Amino acid sequence: MIERKDVEHVARLARLALTDAELEKMRDQLNGILAYIEKLNALETEGVEPTSHAVPLVNVMRDDEPGPCLPRDEALANAPERAGEFFRVPRIIED
Amino acid sequence: MDLTRLTAHELTDAFRAGTVTPSAVAEAYLARIAALDGKVRAYLTVTADLARRAAAASDARYRAGTPLGPLDGVPISYKDVLSTRGVRTTCGSKILEHWVPPFDATVVTRLGAAGVVPLGKSNMDEFAMGSSTEHSAFQLTANPWDLARVPGGSSGGPAAAVAGDLATISLGTDTGGSIRQPGAFCGVVGLKPTYGRVSRYGLVAFASSLDQIGPFAKDVHDAALVLRAIAGVDPADATSVDEPVPDYAAALRQDVRGLRVGVLECAADGMDPDVVRAVREAIDVLKSLGATTQPVTLPTADYGLAAYYIIAPAEASSNLARYDGVKYGLRTPGKDLIDMESRTRAAGFGAEVKRRIMLGTYALSAGYYDAYYGKAQKVRTLIRRDFEAAFEKVDVIVGPTTPGVAFKHGEKEDPLAMYLNDIFTVPANLSGNPGVSVPCGFSANGLPIGLHVVGRAFDEATMLRVAYAYEQATSWRARRPELV
Repeated sequence: MIERKDVEHVARLARLALTDAELEKMRDQLNGILAYIEKLNALETEGVEPTSHAVPLVNVMRDDEPGPCLPRDEALANAPERAGEFFRVPRIIED
Repeated sequence: MDLTRLTAHELTDAFRAGTVTPSAVAEAYLARIAALDGKVRAYLTVTADLARRAAAASDARYRAGTPLGPLDGVPISYKDVLSTRGVRTTCGSKILEHWVPPFDATVVTRLGAAGVVPLGKSNMDEFAMGSSTEHSAFQLTANPWDLARVPGGSSGGPAAAVAGDLATISLGTDTGGSIRQPGAFCGVVGLKPTYGRVSRYGLVAFASSLDQIGPFAKDVHDAALVLRAIAGVDPADATSVDEPVPDYAAALRQDVRGLRVGVLECAADGMDPDVVRAVREAIDVLKSLGATTQPVTLPTADYGLAAYYIIAPAEASSNLARYDGVKYGLRTPGKDLIDMESRTRAAGFGAEVKRRIMLGTYALSAGYYDAYYGKAQKVRTLIRRDFEAAFEKVDVIVGPTTPGVAFKHGEKEDPLAMYLNDIFTVPANLSGNPGVSVPCGFSANGLPIGLHVVGRAFDEATMLRVAYAYEQATSWRARRPELV
């Protein structure tokens, strides 16, 4: 069973500022979904290779040649805040 | 002649014969959208100017006798998860409400080169997470067959657009059934190609090991034409596969003599008896057309949904980390970077997206990875082996697309009840096999039912041949929803 403190921890990891009501509801709903997922434990999977991808593609390579890329102004056009040629973010480093 | 009822191949026949022009058809659709989309609410954005410009260019090509191919001048709607240069692409989310992509998705580029006429961007469950389109941050979409009911999801907008004659064809995406399930609910053809068949460049990612792009169409022939136009390897998507792309429309045949059809015994809680009956009758039709049938089982498929609801949320939690209020999308101010990110994501994501991010983050967090994600990936291997074993004996597998017909808005409040809609479609996403839903009748209360046909990997041609033979032998398409 997931407890309230687990939900708070996961919300911090996921960078989601959840309200008290959301945290409570999330705990109940996650417990319901995880109870359903428990049915996987009925299957024996000892020694089975995991599938991460439906198509067995490995290391798709191309020649390392420069090509056109997105112009800087277009890349910045959707930024919530910019400063000249940069994305502007809240201060990270302390004085 | 009602232009909005015609299929793509009927339209291009008429364009070539000169009996109607692409501009006249585009105007008919724009007028119909203006008059009726207030009821269906399939569209988030209508691109009337782009449509008129593309139609005029198509007119000129037909006049000059140089059309681009079998889709030139055909009106299309794109699910709003596909990037369109200069046209906002919301993913049904507040966090991308004002995002204007600086590039086109490869499928949009390819269809543009085929001469299609883009009518607009259609509604969806936020970030393609849902089975009813009720998780859109912007509007509820109605099922054209009964406006009180959902169109299915997550590609509910593009499905309803084709069903309601608000587009000739459309593109959706399918991660766990999001093309096939709304196709079944809306009574149109919905095709999920093999994983790797169609480039995902420019598709906003949900679960990268499962997502595929595919068409909705008024008939199988149209679906074959669209698949041909969008399929094939793309240097911009390293997961696209370099397999030859056949001429799917040319491979369609009205008989299935000699084909081996595997019939999946489908049991689910609350299975609608009308669906069971319609699928059984469809199998009888395939037999009468010369197919041989035999029962097949996918013993692990019952565990598919449980594995899916680990794998898809885990990948989503990683993919959606990019919405941090820095490079694009919504930003909500905070006292420092982490606070800004956490407030932005809390304000920008809806309840279902938050739930899946939380579930996925939990499943991937320290101490739980092996028990959840690792376990689900092993189960995925067992499901793939089930399909491989079945396809040693049969050429296609058929069954119901969904356990029931379209439900009413607000009817499935419990997340798990909603997830169970995908129980028959999810296994093909986990294994990568192609699947198509083709209309196979109606429930007692007049709602469409879908027959699910699953093919071998990269053998969409055989799968489409079965769907086409069935469709041509029946007349379900003659029945249309009345919106007026």
